[in-house]
Amino acid sequence: MLARIKRWLGLAKPDDDQSKLEEAARKKAEEQKKLEEQKLQESESYKPTQKTEESSQEVENVAEKPRIGYFHLSGCTGDVMSLSENYDILSELLTNMVDIVYGQTLVDVWWDDENPMPEMDLALVEGSVCLQDEHSLHELKELRKKATYVAAFGSCAKNGCFTRFSRGGQQAQPKHESFVPLSDLVKVDLAIPGCPASPEIIAKTVVALINGDLDYLQPMMDVAACNQNCGCDLQTNIVNKALCTGCGTCAMVCPTRALTINEGRPECNKARCIKCGSCYTHCPRSWFPEARIKQDLGL
Amino acid sequence: MVLGTYKNAVSARATDKAIQKVSQDGGIVTALLSYALEEKIIEGAVVAGPSETPWKPEPLVALTSDEIISAAGTKYTFSPNVWALKEAVRSYGLEKVGTVAIPCQLQGIRKTQSYPFATRFVADKIKLIVGIFCMENFPYASLQTLINEKLNSSLSLTEKMDIGKGKFWSYTQDEELALPLKDTHGYEQAGCNICKDYTAELSDVSTGSVGSADGWSTVLTRTDAGESIFTKAVDAGIIETKDIADVKPGLPLLEKLSNSKKTKADAEIKSRIELGLPVPF
Ligand SMILES: Cc1cc2nc3c(=O)[nH]c(=O)nc-3n(C[C@H](O)[C@H](O)[C@H](O)COP(=O)(O)OP(=O)(O)OC[C@H]3O[C@@H](n4cnc5c(N)ncnc54)[C@H](O)[C@@H]3O)c2cc1C
Ligand code: SF4
Ligand code: SF4
Ligand code: SF4
Repeated sequence: MLARIKRWLGLAKPDDDQSKLEEAARKKAEEQKKLEEQKLQESESYKPTQKTEESSQEVENVAEKPRIGYFHLSGCTGDVMSLSENYDILSELLTNMVDIVYGQTLVDVWWDDENPMPEMDLALVEGSVCLQDEHSLHELKELRKKATYVAAFGSCAKNGCFTRFSRGGQQAQPKHESFVPLSDLVKVDLAIPGCPASPEIIAKTVVALINGDLDYLQPMMDVAACNQNCGCDLQTNIVNKALCTGCGTCAMVCPTRALTINEGRPECNKARCIKCGSCYTHCPRSWFPEARIKQDLGL
Repeated sequence: MVLGTYKNAVSARATDKAIQKVSQDGGIVTALLSYALEEKIIEGAVVAGPSETPWKPEPLVALTSDEIISAAGTKYTFSPNVWALKEAVRSYGLEKVGTVAIPCQLQGIRKTQSYPFATRFVADKIKLIVGIFCMENFPYASLQTLINEKLNSSLSLTEKMDIGKGKFWSYTQDEELALPLKDTHGYEQAGCNICKDYTAELSDVSTGSVGSADGWSTVLTRTDAGESIFTKAVDAGIIETKDIADVKPGLPLLEKLSNSKKTKADAEIKSRIELGLPVPF
């Protein structure tokens, strides 16, 4: 099982030896450069191409043992549970590959007037933000200052997900009614959608960060700006745009079985849809990472 | 590369007479999935099974060879097989799943494997994907038009449909009907018009009819897993092969069709971009 997951993540046997890790990161960066160049040549790249110079610079920054903070705003802890479901690779990851420098659940560290928030490479922020909860707002503003990358961790953080249905009027804080995704308030660098985000994507994201593999993270950076997801996206952005092929991927990924495929087209039961955006994220006709897929398959 | 990356190309067919009788072409899909099941490479397979409506497939989680055989034959309309993969893993508890997929379905599956955002413990359980060539697919209502109106036949009487030699064929028990392919244009789904993949380039093993003789299939092995299972099936006598170089029309025709699909899609993509419409590739 462990070997299988590792192979699947593209995670070579993790080595304590720091120089080997750096060597691997260098190799990855080289490969990535090549890929990028290749991509520049193919004009139909699915993402805005970035300058190679810039990315190699950033690679150096993140290639060390990344410092990661975990922030729990208005979320259900499902995403961090999902992180922990990486089972046997988790201890290796947490002990030797990253430093968890902040978080109430994973480590007993949080910020108050006496304890300043530490600097970190990546902030994993779970949950949306309640506009009537001052502490959340402060924490968010502060983490934006301290973190190089801010990741919307899970769909609530990315696009609100089911906190989009919140409307206040409940004990013990009837005024707590407005919940918005992170990107309404701060710049979000990358998003890891999913309700919850799968254990595999979390591991893959962290591994990509360790390896400085920004090419892998690029689609997550591209989707970070969009925070309006819902099952309707399939109708307006795929079916209405003559893109749907009836493949069924959207229905496969929907966590609430809100989607069925009827006469080859997705049909969304709005009463079940929790606005997680997974369907649109996964549809092969919304964006398509062809080069990465071929690389993963060895084709 | 016009046929995608592949290791080997052959002309092949299943040796099992029961499969030959019901399969569309050489029965490669049915034979390979059944063999993988017997060899415990997979525990079940998602295939396009029959439904109560004639020629309208329904994804089926097949747990036996008989069930896989029951799904043989091409249905020229949607079968959202990818949808049922979750069913196979969740409800049926399968740890190793096989499936058959046309190129757009492969794209959906492979994307979830490279970026498994919301597919916890599903994507890595898909062990074998037999891809099938695909020029285009039709909404069910289009099939009704083609068979009922254009060929004056009926879907319930139809025993086999096939596209080949420039025609759309429909076979009933005692009739063989043919429609020039140009009469089917305008009835394919619009999403196909930007599809650049003819030969299921992201599969483990791809197969289709073009290139080989009737009753035979053209097979391209692509991944290590695909190459390995295909070789084993040949060694076990489940599948017989011929050198594709000795077969007419062979790969040149396949390359020609693949090329023309790509060229047409490129033109459509260009015109959509000019209209300001989004395209993923
Ligand atoms: C829409 C469509 C278009 C095609 N276009 C071409 C073409 O242009 N050129 C070409 O050479 N070949 C084409 N094919 C493939 C060809 O018709 C055969 O499916 C292929 O050669 C496999 O034959 P076989 O005897 O090995 O498969 P069989 O053993 O008969 O098994 C066929 C398998 O395909 C599955 N299947 C049937 N219909 C569908 C469907 N709609 N969606 C997903 N899976 C399905 C069945 O479940 C079964 O497992 C097309 C197939 C489809 C579905
Ligand atoms: S995933 Fe996209 S292309 Fe596939 S059925 Fe759903 S909306 Fe259509
Ligand atoms: S339809 Fe399903 S996958 Fe899509 S947003 Fe709604 S709940 Fe999420
Ligand atoms: S032509 Fe492409 S999009 Fe259309 S059904 Fe075939 S594989 Fe799917």
